[in-house]
Amino acid sequence: MPESQGTKLHPRPVPAGAAGASAAAEANSPAVEFRDIDIAYGKFVAVRDFSLSIRKGSFVTLLGPSGCGKTTILRSIAGLVDISGGQIMIDGRRVDDVPIYKRNIGLVFQSYALFPHKNVFDNVAFGLKYRNVPKPEIARKVGKALEMVRLPGSEKKLPSQLSGGQQQRIALARAIVFEPQVLLLDEPLSALDANMREEMRVEIKKIQKETGITAIFVTHDQEEALSMSDRIVVMNAGAVEQIGTPEEVYETPATAFVADFLGKANMLAGTVSRSGQAVVLATGQTINVACPRPLGDGSKVTVVVRPQKFSVGAGTSVNRLTGRVVSASYLGGSAIYEIDIGGKTSLRANAPINGRVLREGETADLGFDPEGCVLLDEDGQRIS
Amino acid sequence: MRGTRRKQEGRWAWRLTGFVTVCVYIFMFAPIVATVILSFNASMFGGFPMTGFSLQWYGKLMANEAVLAAFRTSLWIALVTAIVTTAIGVTTAFALVRFDFRGKQALSTLVILPALVPETILGVGLLVLIKAVDQPRTMLLLVLGHILLAVPYVVLIAQARMIGIRRVYEEAALSLGASRFSSFREITLPLLIPAVVGGALLAFTISFDNTSASLFWRPAGVETMPTQILSMLKISISPEINALGTVMILVTVGIPLIGGLILQSLTKLRRRGEPKEETQ
Repeated sequence: MPESQGTKLHPRPVPAGAAGASAAAEANSPAVEFRDIDIAYGKFVAVRDFSLSIRKGSFVTLLGPSGCGKTTILRSIAGLVDISGGQIMIDGRRVDDVPIYKRNIGLVFQSYALFPHKNVFDNVAFGLKYRNVPKPEIARKVGKALEMVRLPGSEKKLPSQLSGGQQQRIALARAIVFEPQVLLLDEPLSALDANMREEMRVEIKKIQKETGITAIFVTHDQEEALSMSDRIVVMNAGAVEQIGTPEEVYETPATAFVADFLGKANMLAGTVSRSGQAVVLATGQTINVACPRPLGDGSKVTVVVRPQKFSVGAGTSVNRLTGRVVSASYLGGSAIYEIDIGGKTSLRANAPINGRVLREGETADLGFDPEGCVLLDEDGQRIS
Repeated sequence: MRGTRRKQEGRWAWRLTGFVTVCVYIFMFAPIVATVILSFNASMFGGFPMTGFSLQWYGKLMANEAVLAAFRTSLWIALVTAIVTTAIGVTTAFALVRFDFRGKQALSTLVILPALVPETILGVGLLVLIKAVDQPRTMLLLVLGHILLAVPYVVLIAQARMIGIRRVYEEAALSLGASRFSSFREITLPLLIPAVVGGALLAFTISFDNTSASLFWRPAGVETMPTQILSMLKISISPEINALGTVMILVTVGIPLIGGLILQSLTKLRRRGEPKEETQ
């Protein structure tokens, strides 16, 4: 492929007068950069036009339902999946043609993938061995990595003698011990039970901070994504829906998909009135909204309200809706209500308990402020 | 009442099943047992009743140069067949399970084919082919023939094991910096070992046992153990053949058995060894 050879010689436009600036460029270049990636299996396009730049030392999560292409992207960084178009750069170096074993990435699998016939030491030492690290140095580094995952002294054990959580810790140690440029985590918590999952969440995040390694994490679990990430890339059907900090994607979802996938927001259809200061809902009520720009009266919008934005009972909120409680679940500090506001529409509210928990069939007063709403246009895109 | 009757019926069914099973086993093993027992018979004539215990037929066997030569020949052929077949079979199974390529279906059918075609037909076929290209029958042809016969079984064994080895192990090894060859050598092959040993033992016995195809393929003047027995039978049914049969049984049953036991104790030792080392 002569064409790709040509681009390899000049990986990126070098600024004028920047002689010997490649080292400096490398220091500033993103840890991983995707440029218009397409990935297709035959006629099925798994990922299209994916672009993303990941800063060094950051923790980025690819979040989406199964089949959205998030794992495919992760595997493309590792070199386990061939891309059909675009470029992938690791530390400013184009890696499209670099075989997996020369990419210097750490990979953690959902199923741990510890070598069953090798003990913990040999598993963790595997990557170092292939980097020609001298033996005493290997022993020291393996010991340090095992301490980091809080399993010191487990060198002689076989994977089959460890619990699921311990195996995943060893897998993590194996992936970081040779100080790879990027750490890729493919749903590493999905195979663990609920308690262990929460513990490992904290642990992975802590280790990532301590080592300063760039981490790319794939999950379909929004809680994991929100609690661990510096940035979240929400994906659907092979394309990016939104990129932002956890607060950004949660508080200001860019699309209807993001609003629904993250936290099951309430979506109320309506039409604009009073030049975008109010919305007449399909159910008949009128609510005040804070629209960032003037909108034509009569245009169709969707009002997105998070369940947590509602207060239930008497309150001082600007918008008030009345409905009948369909179901109530008591969570201790708060309660989740499903409230029928008429017009075959029910809302989910997660509100602190005000006095007592309402029972099914009772009338509930819902209150929320215009600032707690996000407006989406007819195409499901956020109006900003 | 009804309950006890049903119980009784069940008991009878079990007794019948047991009886039939015992009959089948007797039918299968009686000839083998008879051969082994009669090989120790003192009488000149191979048959019951026994006239006394003797090892003379084994002594005669050891002095029979033709038999010893045939034994050596068979042993060599079986060894070479086992080694070559295992190498071919394991790599073929690896390719068939791990890679997608054109003609994969055709290849997997072709590889199994020699096991489906009757041996005699395969024997004649290869012979006709050799005659057609005007080549003499050599030891090489005989070994190649045996490899042809044994490859399907080794491929099937290795394939079954290979499917059980998840691809993530290899992916993990690659991501850690091992080349494709290294990851095969360090990860896939050790996990395949039971299939490798099992396949080799099976290939050995298939070759060591083979009669009908060997009759067609052996070069002039060369005898393998089974063909040697056949030609001895043409002359007389001497007790020496019983002794030879016993040796054959020992080799073809004993070698896989010993191999299996060694493999089992090896894996057990390793598993037991681990926690012990930890306490030191």
